Amino acid sequence: MTNLKQPLVFLAQSVGLALAVVVLNFLLIQLAPGDPVSVIVGEMGGASEEVIAQMRAAYGLDKSVLEQLLIYVSKVAVGDLGYSYYHNSPVLQLIMQRLPATVLLALSALTLAVVLGTLVGVLSARKPHGLLSSFVTVVSLIGYAAPVFWTGLMLLLLFSAIWPIFPTSGMVQMRAPKGFMYYVDVAHHLVLPAVTLASIYIASYSRLSRTSMIDVLSQDYIRTARAKGLPEGKVVYKHGLRNGLIPVVTMVGLQFGQLFAGATLVETVFNWPGLGRLAFESILRRDYPTILGILLMTSILVMVANALTDLAYRLVDPRIRSKRA
Amino acid sequence: MSTAPLLEVTDLVVEVDNGKRILPVLDGVTFSVDAGRTLGLVGESGCGKSMTALAIMGLLPQGFRVKSGDIKLDGKSLLSMGPDALRKLRGSVMSMVFQEPMTSLNPVFTVGDQIGEALRLHEHLNAADARTRAIEMLRAVQIPAPEERVDNYPHQLSGGMRQRVMIAMALACRPRLLICDEPTTALDVTVQAQIFSLLETLQKEMGTSIILITHDLGAVAEMADDVAVLYAGKRAEAGPVATILDNPSHPYTRGLMSCTPRLRLGSAALTPGHTLAEVRGMVPPLGQFEAGCRFSPRCPMADAHCHAAPPPDVHLGASQTVLCWKVTQEQAA
Ligand SMILES: Nc1ncnc2c1ncn2[C@@H]1O[C@H](COP(=O)(O)OP(=O)(O)OP(=O)(O)O)[C@@H](O)[C@H]1O
Ligand SMILES: [Mg+2]
Repeated sequence: MTNLKQPLVFLAQSVGLALAVVVLNFLLIQLAPGDPVSVIVGEMGGASEEVIAQMRAAYGLDKSVLEQLLIYVSKVAVGDLGYSYYHNSPVLQLIMQRLPATVLLALSALTLAVVLGTLVGVLSARKPHGLLSSFVTVVSLIGYAAPVFWTGLMLLLLFSAIWPIFPTSGMVQMRAPKGFMYYVDVAHHLVLPAVTLASIYIASYSRLSRTSMIDVLSQDYIRTARAKGLPEGKVVYKHGLRNGLIPVVTMVGLQFGQLFAGATLVETVFNWPGLGRLAFESILRRDYPTILGILLMTSILVMVANALTDLAYRLVDPRIRSKRA
Repeated sequence: MSTAPLLEVTDLVVEVDNGKRILPVLDGVTFSVDAGRTLGLVGESGCGKSMTALAIMGLLPQGFRVKSGDIKLDGKSLLSMGPDALRKLRGSVMSMVFQEPMTSLNPVFTVGDQIGEALRLHEHLNAADARTRAIEMLRAVQIPAPEERVDNYPHQLSGGMRQRVMIAMALACRPRLLICDEPTTALDVTVQAQIFSLLETLQKEMGTSIILITHDLGAVAEMADDVAVLYAGKRAEAGPVATILDNPSHPYTRGLMSCTPRLRLGSAALTPGHTLAEVRGMVPPLGQFEAGCRFSPRCPMADAHCHAAPPPDVHLGASQTVLCWKVTQEQAA
């Protein structure tokens, strides 16, 4: 984990990591078969050798791999992620258009998974053999075991087709409402994708928090809290939960990378206009600058998320906070 | 001063359901604690000292329950009280210091928060007043630089300091009864002595009654006014310290005494696993007690009668009670 005691070191580490990500992704893409020009030419319905050579020169594809890499890195360094062959627009602009939708989806799903998972975990820790506990364990295991696209399709079937209370796809209606209603509309569209994405994680959070709370509730300091005369709610939700949450926070940090991967699938199923769907489409189109840009952006997001987790971790666990001193 | 004792435990029977069988944990335990006095509760490991304390506090672990008997605090039965009424007494009228100072404090809250919590709950103090009182309490338990320590987390304190914090927490609302369950077993001898003298000082100031649970008869000799000796869930003997330590009547008490040649603090703690020199054997596990006197398998004086029938409680003089056939026979003679 990062060490925020020295922000400069942290920054240097992050920049180094980002550079490594850029170089590695670039080289990986070189290994992939197929050439963007041939895809474009194919879509144009064929072109002469001369035109093809011209296009390759225009995109810089006639240079050596090393040269291309150096050019790319030096451009990325000044915030230029290149130009999308397909969309005819700068990659950074494309990404920035799609980023909010993905962040919205990922954070809603994560919040849902953590809050619901933890709540269920705590309830079942208090009554490990209760009915609610077993019911929720089964449901969350189904969510965990089922493939995301299957869960997504089932939810679509149930709540968009059989009982149509949620829209089937997209983020807003065709004729988007204005003002406050716009947000209501987005929220309405968000429900099924967020639930689908969350379904993968609810089981892990409920099981983690259940184990963690069962352990915490048997600790001596819980008996101390009871001996003080605190009501049971305070004992569990103040003294217990603050400790029980520590492993949950750790897991949030570890899961960010996976979360973006899951978002790609969900965005595809629900036609959610986010980075994941852009990545999926760009791969089909061999839109290399866009793919590279998205990979870099997700890496940066994961790094930011890890730094935030680290901060949260210090907030909930004073034993770590004081190690800085 | 009222003549009725502050705490009266009468014929307390506690049992545990371990899933397969119901086993007796405490069987007819009777003792009382007068206001402002200290009762030493002694016995080897596993005799039921902690369970007695937890039964009084209403904090018996899952599976344990009080089957019969009564616990009266200030004349009011704690057992017939609703759980909420009992909860309101905990931390205000009666409180407890636990055996394990290292793990009994919550690692994620400052000691100030943890001491202030009882004050905010029972005396409805606001955050600032609770903090001021927490600092006063830290000063009272002789923690240096209390204004700084109040913001410390438990991991920043030594074991001795943590136990002082526990005492500060337990005494914050000036309870009438303080139960200390082996408050010093985890600490080294010098710190033990400091904690005991601290308890004595605070007791004089507040008039609190103390139940001191300990393995250490030296500590009892120094601290307690009365003693109750537990053996295998039964109260073997009880009475004033001077009487019992000078003239122990129960063979088990005598055995305990012989392990502590000079009755000084820390001179011989009966640590778990430590066997008594005079009294061979160990405390039997729950549910494997003799039909007669539970101590008879280890007793050097036991005869057929002792093995066959449980002894009655005999009064010796005004305040001493003993559970032993031999004493009954001597009296009859
Ligand atoms: N959770 C439990 N389940 C079943 N039996 C238990 C449990 N906790 C304690 N016991 C048993 O209850 C009896 C009384 O235990 P208690 O903790 O009161 O002993 P103690 O006198 O406090 O001993 P120590 O000096 O070791 O603290 C012992 O026989 C013990 O084995
Ligand atoms: Mg004990």
